Amino acid sequence: MQTDRLAPRAAYLLVGVGGLIMLAPFYFMFVFATHSRTEIFNLPPPLFFGQDFMLNLGILTSKIPFWRSLGWSLYVALASTALTLVFCSMGGYAFAMFEFRFKKQLFTLVLGTMLLPSFLGMIPTFMIMDAFGWIDQPRALYIPGAASAFGIFMMRQFVLSSIPKDLIEAARMDGCGELGIYWRIVMPLLAPAMGTLGLITFIASWNNFIGPLIVMRSPEMYTLPLALRSMQSPVNTEWGAVMAGSAIATLPLLVLFAIASRRLIDGLTAGAVK
Amino acid sequence: MSSLPLDSPPAAAPRAKGWSLSPAMAPYVLISPFVILFAIFGLFPLVFSFYLAFQSWEPTAGLSTMKFVGLENFAFAITDEWFWKSLRNTAWLAFAAGVPQHVVSIPLAYFIHTSFKRTRNMAVGAYFLPYITSTVAISMMFGTLFSTDYGLINITLHAMSEWPGIGWMFPSHPIDWLNRAENVKPAISMVVFWRYVGFNTVLYLAALQTIPKDIYEAATMDGAGRWQQFWYITIPSLKPMIFFGVTLSVVGGLQLFEEPFILTGGRGGTDQAGMTTAMYMYRTAFEFNDFGTASALSWLLFVFVAVLTWLTNLAFKPRGGSH
Repeated sequence: MQTDRLAPRAAYLLVGVGGLIMLAPFYFMFVFATHSRTEIFNLPPPLFFGQDFMLNLGILTSKIPFWRSLGWSLYVALASTALTLVFCSMGGYAFAMFEFRFKKQLFTLVLGTMLLPSFLGMIPTFMIMDAFGWIDQPRALYIPGAASAFGIFMMRQFVLSSIPKDLIEAARMDGCGELGIYWRIVMPLLAPAMGTLGLITFIASWNNFIGPLIVMRSPEMYTLPLALRSMQSPVNTEWGAVMAGSAIATLPLLVLFAIASRRLIDGLTAGAVK
Repeated sequence: MSSLPLDSPPAAAPRAKGWSLSPAMAPYVLISPFVILFAIFGLFPLVFSFYLAFQSWEPTAGLSTMKFVGLENFAFAITDEWFWKSLRNTAWLAFAAGVPQHVVSIPLAYFIHTSFKRTRNMAVGAYFLPYITSTVAISMMFGTLFSTDYGLINITLHAMSEWPGIGWMFPSHPIDWLNRAENVKPAISMVVFWRYVGFNTVLYLAALQTIPKDIYEAATMDGAGRWQQFWYITIPSLKPMIFFGVTLSVVGGLQLFEEPFILTGGRGGTDQAGMTTAMYMYRTAFEFNDFGTASALSWLLFVFVAVLTWLTNLAFKPRGGSH
């Protein structure tokens, strides 16, 4: 009997300690962001916040165009989110509610490419961007992403499960035009799903590393992940500055997660579970 | 298309708005932006990548210098010892990072599901958070944590090695995580494990919610303890999700790029111990300027992913009926 009561306690403890270990890297990222390089590599290393954040930020902005990178990251993430939401809600609505030629084949194709690993398209994508003259152009990052197969899939599922066909028919009977139906009826009803897809798209764009690594060639066009990585050097990496930059890059994600963790978790695993 | 009344709308309907669109045309207009972008940036690259794998080409020399070389790129790749090394590294990493994810996340999800109430979301959130954060920022962070003499990981291990009773399990000497070939892969696996264990936990939590409660109640009535319920009810019911989760881990693990790229400074580390095939492909294309071979590499990796996914399928797929 005693083990029956002891086991859950030990399990609570394990889950709790495990949770703290999961969060520890974030905590130390913020702590190290407030210490100078030499302090980070003291024995023992700093466990609490220090006072050198502004110093680190100064080093960071003198070594890389940090604010520009932050701006590009924000610009690309917002543009990518806006385009994805518009195109995927339109397409998802069409795939769910309309009959048209080759609909089945096209949708199968979309699902099929979702299963193919993304690295297959890496080199041709670079060549296309080069041919378009889009190297070092932010649009090389947000336009291809707007054709998101995952987004189409997610929007289609949501339309199927939550928008009654009769509603669309009724609007048509009342003389509402097709674009009016999309804009005034479908869009507002899609709002919750668009919120989730928007969050996912924003985060994916914000964290994207391989995309910019391939198409952004000059340092003044780097997005944040690329800029941070450019601080890495075989000798004398400015770790305090790197941590300050990493902390600033991570903070918006922590805030988004705090506001909408439930919705985010459901959205990110929706494709998997359903 | 077939709805007749629409062909003759009531006279009062505001038809002449300039923007009006017939229901027959509407779906084409609605899907056109997606289809156009998908064709250019989704489909075409796949087809072109296959074409490239049979070409010899240096990007600096212009498109006209592209030359058909048959299977030469593939022949080169499969006789290239670095390709095989990268493939072994990738398989090692996918396995060492992937298996512990599931061994930990299944009991974790089970315990959170059965025993957590008010703090449930907090617990799930703590484990899930690494999944949504920037791989680059976090890999840079781990770069300092893995530091040999001053890194928190070695300091913690050292402190634990002095604990009575369990101390022998931990190394008392600092480990050179990122500069010694034999330690690079374990270090990368730890970061990958840390990043994805929460995602898997959420998958299993979702699956656990679909197991009817009365099965457990019946088992309790029959005198089955927690462990017995876990082994004989939970695990079998989770089988489809285990199959799915392991497949995701295999596919994701074999594409590993960012974590090893950052942790080894983009070069694969000492003796290329942290060089994955995706990284090798990137370097072949963008550092060695050999797009043809790099495309061939990407298709070979694809075949490797497909075969391993198929093997996972054989091993884990829930079997229905006798076979």
